[in-house]
Amino acid sequence: MLHLILFSVFGLVCVAGAINLLVQSHPINSALSLIVVMGSLAVEYLLLGAEFVAAVQVIVYAGAIMVLFVFVIMLLNAGEEERTKGSRVSLLIGIPGMIIGSVLMAWVLITHSGTHAVEAGALPGAPGEIAQLLFHEFLLPFEVTSILVLIAIMGAVVLAARPEPLQPEGKS
Amino acid sequence: MNVGPFILVSLVKILLALFVLLTAVAYTVWLERKVVGHIQNRWGPTRVGPFGLLQPMADGVKFLFKEDLTPPHVYKPLYIAAPMIAVIFALTSIAVIPFGDWLDIGPVSTMLQISDVNIGLLIVLGVTSLGVYGIALSGWSSNSKYSLLGGLRASAQMVSYEIALGLSLVGVIILSGSLSLREIVDAQGGHFWGFIPKWNIFYGGQIVAFFIYLMAAYAETNRIPFDLPEAETELVAGYHTEYSAMKFAMFFMAEYANMITVACIASLLFLGGWHGPLGGPPWLQALLQIFWFMARVFVFLFVYIWVRGTLPRFRYDQLMAFGWKFLLPLAIANLVITALVVALRA
Repeated sequence: MLHLILFSVFGLVCVAGAINLLVQSHPINSALSLIVVMGSLAVEYLLLGAEFVAAVQVIVYAGAIMVLFVFVIMLLNAGEEERTKGSRVSLLIGIPGMIIGSVLMAWVLITHSGTHAVEAGALPGAPGEIAQLLFHEFLLPFEVTSILVLIAIMGAVVLAARPEPLQPEGKS
Repeated sequence: MNVGPFILVSLVKILLALFVLLTAVAYTVWLERKVVGHIQNRWGPTRVGPFGLLQPMADGVKFLFKEDLTPPHVYKPLYIAAPMIAVIFALTSIAVIPFGDWLDIGPVSTMLQISDVNIGLLIVLGVTSLGVYGIALSGWSSNSKYSLLGGLRASAQMVSYEIALGLSLVGVIILSGSLSLREIVDAQGGHFWGFIPKWNIFYGGQIVAFFIYLMAAYAETNRIPFDLPEAETELVAGYHTEYSAMKFAMFFMAEYANMITVACIASLLFLGGWHGPLGGPPWLQALLQIFWFMARVFVFLFVYIWVRGTLPRFRYDQLMAFGWKFLLPLAIANLVITALVVALRA
């Protein structure tokens, strides 16, 4: 029971943070709302029994990636954005469309799918089990992903590196 | 244990741990002023109480009664929230740190730890990585160039050194096969050949990891020689230039609480936690364990202050080069070698 209450509360916090992200006009406030979203997602993972994923969510997303976001906003000194009225099309079609779509999806999931809810903690969540999956059962996809990340890092280094001067003999 | 006693015992433990932590923070400040004073051939605080021992209280009273000035040009919500964020995350990580084994008082048997989580180490890392926001946001919301530069330096430095810090801990995790701080300490009980304690620092080349951790930890807590975010000669006081009274004191508390957390982690992971010579009745043994743990933390803090009194400050490019080009490769090499040793022995 307590689980369900906490889960709903943090779900609401997550959605509220996401809405706040869109409403705020200052980029740093939006970034901070995104941190709230990440943090409450981590709590949801924790409540579902995936403690390793929760910790990694906090360390990687809230603790590293969002720090870089905030860093860039601070560095560029991005100011307040102008508030526009928004497009009429998105107001008339977008919001009703989103509501209808989500209601439809919920209805289909509740009534027509053959699946049912998984018990909390029934799926692998402990670090050891995750490691077994990553380094044993899905070793090849995992390594391929890591090579992809490596290529991205090297690309970033190449792009960011200063071009070497063509004539090192100081002729200018 | 029933729910009622469990909540009561937990509350008592939380209050005790927080009280001890805050007192330790206050007296670390005293210790620092005293030790640095003696290193620089002066006395440090002497006037308030014997050896200046009541100085922290005088400081506290002073911080409370000083004028709390909010400059007109700041972005108020974040300016007020930033010191709170810093101090909250600095105090949170004490929740998973074990001080000793089990303690029996009458019918109640409890572990000397607020909560034993099986991902304890990850929680400490996560909470400390969130602590950057306090500093970064204070720098930005102060709306002053010195604060902003301090905040930028702090976030870049802490993100960079977090990698080396985390990697230096992975070797210990491989050796003990657990992320629970309690199990990591339990794995370090006993002796090699009857006299060398089985601490991780003597084991599988983890002494290298220990020194990587030591250096990265100094950078993480923004201490000399890595205190670029508050370098007085360049940035006035860095990220807390615009803060006064209790808000400034909160940054101070956060810095020292972080130092203590870092010292606790070093003691637990590398120096055998609470293991040491024990004797006497069970309650005395429990107290002795706490004493051995605190002794390690004290030594670590003393080294912190010693380094502060001895070394000059790095230049910023030296700091970044040291972190990325020296500590990180060294930490990766240590990780690979430890993994190889463990794999070959298995």
